[in-house]
Amino acid sequence: MHVTVNGEVVELSESTPLLDYLISRNLNPAVLVVEYNRKILHRDRWSQIQIGDGDTLEILSFVGGG
Amino acid sequence: MDKLIIGGKELKNRLFIGSGKFADESLIGDIVAQTGVEVVTVALRRVNLNGGKENILNYIPKDCVLLPNTSGARNAEEAVRIARLARAAGCGNWVKIEVISDNKYLLPDNNETIKATRILAEEGFVVLPYMHPDLYAAKELERAGAAAIMPLGAPIGTNRGLKTKEIVRILIEECELPVIVDAGIGKPSEAAEAMELGAAAVLVNTAIATAGNPAMMANAFSQAVQAGRQAFLAQPGETTEFARASSPLTGFLRS
Repeated sequence: MHVTVNGEVVELSESTPLLDYLISRNLNPAVLVVEYNRKILHRDRWSQIQIGDGDTLEILSFVGGG
Repeated sequence: MDKLIIGGKELKNRLFIGSGKFADESLIGDIVAQTGVEVVTVALRRVNLNGGKENILNYIPKDCVLLPNTSGARNAEEAVRIARLARAAGCGNWVKIEVISDNKYLLPDNNETIKATRILAEEGFVVLPYMHPDLYAAKELERAGAAAIMPLGAPIGTNRGLKTKEIVRILIEECELPVIVDAGIGKPSEAAEAMELGAAAVLVNTAIATAGNPAMMANAFSQAVQAGRQAFLAQPGETTEFARASSPLTGFLRS
């Protein structure tokens, strides 16, 4: 199945809880903000949401900026 | 005490800094500690899925007010989306609106900025819009619920100084809101110049971050902002065309 993550198509072997996916990508969930199919997803729900075929994720964090 | 209140928050320090372009981001903490800077801007970006740098928040002391910008937004809708995401990150409800579609001079689009300000102020954000200095736009931002206005001194990152001085002076005189000069300030003397005019604060990023010694430059800016503020409060004397002697014009020693 295919999921679009930050504009790139990513292949997933099976539907995965979002939180597990984030951890599998070596991301620190504490500093992230996630948009799931164009809706902001509160971090309380990251372990419940299963990402699957056709989903779109934006995974963002703060960087230096002026 | 001379305090600045923005969005209900009392600030003692009138130098705001940006966190971009630091070769060594760990300097940000030192700068905040040395200068007492209270407001620090950040940007929101897609994470690098292949591993990236340490998170910027690790370098910004926790008691700072975080001011996420909406850089990357080309219209009001994108700015609103970024602002909501930034708030969802759980670092407060301040936002610097930045709507830019001009890639050469990075000049802000006042119309889109006003639209975004209206929506976000309605949603309870403390909105600080980066703007092109214009009186009508400033008034519109005031009505839209901005907490302050942030006119540019010169294009972002140029270090060219307070090129917009005359209009910024008028905005300060005519607007109820605090006026924070953002962008283009390259040297401490220019920050002092803005403060002498009566600016509420200045936001400096490039001039500090790209200095040979960023920490020393931040100190210089901090002192300049304080000096400029004091000069404004002290009410400068009048300027005149011709010389007026400072020493008495009587009792000269003559041979």
